Amino acid sequence: MGVNAGVTTSGSRTPAPVKRARVVTITSGKGGVGKTTTTANIGVALAKLNQRVTLIDADIGLRNLDIIMGLENRIVYDLVDVVEGRCKLRQAMIKHKQLPELYLIPSAQTRDKTAVSPADMIQLTNQLRKEMDFIIIDCPAGIERGFRNAIAPADDVLIVTNPEVSAVRDADRIIGLLEAENKGPAKLILNRVKGDMVRKGEMLSAEDVTDILAIKIIGIVPEDDTVVSSSNAGTPLALSENSRAGVAFQNIARRLMGETVPFMPLDDSPNFFKRIARLFASGQ
Amino acid sequence: MPESTVAIKGTKEGLLIALDPSEEWQVITTELASRLDGQSAFFAGARVTIDVSTRPVRKDELSSIKALLERRGMSLWSVASESSTTIDSANALDLRATYNAPQNNSLSDDSTPMFSAEEDGTLGVMIRRTLRSGRTVHSQGHVVVFGDVNPGSEIIAGGDVIVWGRLRGNVHAGANGDTSAIVCALDMTPTQLRIAGFITVSPPDKRRKPKPEIALIRDDQIVVETWQ
Repeated sequence: MGVNAGVTTSGSRTPAPVKRARVVTITSGKGGVGKTTTTANIGVALAKLNQRVTLIDADIGLRNLDIIMGLENRIVYDLVDVVEGRCKLRQAMIKHKQLPELYLIPSAQTRDKTAVSPADMIQLTNQLRKEMDFIIIDCPAGIERGFRNAIAPADDVLIVTNPEVSAVRDADRIIGLLEAENKGPAKLILNRVKGDMVRKGEMLSAEDVTDILAIKIIGIVPEDDTVVSSSNAGTPLALSENSRAGVAFQNIARRLMGETVPFMPLDDSPNFFKRIARLFASGQ
Repeated sequence: MPESTVAIKGTKEGLLIALDPSEEWQVITTELASRLDGQSAFFAGARVTIDVSTRPVRKDELSSIKALLERRGMSLWSVASESSTTIDSANALDLRATYNAPQNNSLSDDSTPMFSAEEDGTLGVMIRRTLRSGRTVHSQGHVVVFGDVNPGSEIIAGGDVIVWGRLRGNVHAGANGDTSAIVCALDMTPTQLRIAGFITVSPPDKRRKPKPEIALIRDDQIVVETWQ
């Protein structure tokens, strides 16, 4: 897997290659596992790593990503307006308040999935590829038209799942559908993991999940109460350094860029701090 | 002559339409359409069971019959047949399918009787990847999977099912009634396992060690034993 297009090798040959963004689609099958939150946070984390990022909300009719990004009140044009030629692509791209290289193309609230076709999505992302490093698509739940729209242009697919049997079952279905579409091997984000429950054997562990799905994990995000409050406030966690979920999303962004980042210990905070304290105690 | 190819009867469950298995399909459908049109008001709204006896009916043929009935305000809900091809077609269209065991004295032999691999050549499928949730495999013959069979997937085979991997989905071997069919897997924890008309589920034993096992029918029940 190429780390990043455009990284020049030693000695310049001919003109610099045209920078081609990577299109990453974030999907899950099941609803409510945290696709939109994940999209927002990975987008923010990548932008903080000085990447030029555009987020596309492909959930037409159920617009959400703008709220989590805190950009709801700035929407003038949306994805369907672009596709139907009512505005230029640039006009629908909303710039983030703090991160100047982060954009959002919101979805339409009043239409449905059929307003856009897979070919439209490919064309739209191709227009953006020259100017961006990452294009991240927030896929709607389900396996119908909205899903097909969202994966059509994807170079990489990230599947978000929770450590629950039903979410894993749906992820498995999605992997099968992606295989049928000849999309390369998807990677897994295991969201909302509770370390203490896993330890007690009450929750599926990362191993249990990969045992069934047999795909690579790119991120394990611990359950974190601050996710809800920050989503409501429109400031994705990854903007700040001091939450465990936020750090997990930043790690995913670094792994997407090709870095090798070890997975965080899954212990929940009290034990985590206790362990650090113990570490210091032993050091003295 | 009309009476012999298409027979329409009223039953407790609605209309039963029996189609002569020896007449040509084209002739039958034309005949059926004209019979129904003759008394369209009488038949409108009826729920229909089609009995095609030994005739193997393809999915597209069955769906054209379904459309033919629907155009006349009737609904096809069930199919009875002695042919497993027809039963597969009915299943594919989400219709209720009733399998009648083939009669030995039946004159026509174009139905699909009990499958014999040695005589009929290698009927069967080999699947060289993991079957994921939502996938269904149908085969008149054997099914061999070189990978896992994940929960939410389904294998329906007229013959045996062999899984070189973990079997965790639904599996039905001997689906046409062959009680000598077997199922084997390197790790046997299917959601549901059927052989011919028998059905069982995996015991909820969490800390078991995966080992190759074979399921077969003995004394009218499914038994699972070590595969060696």
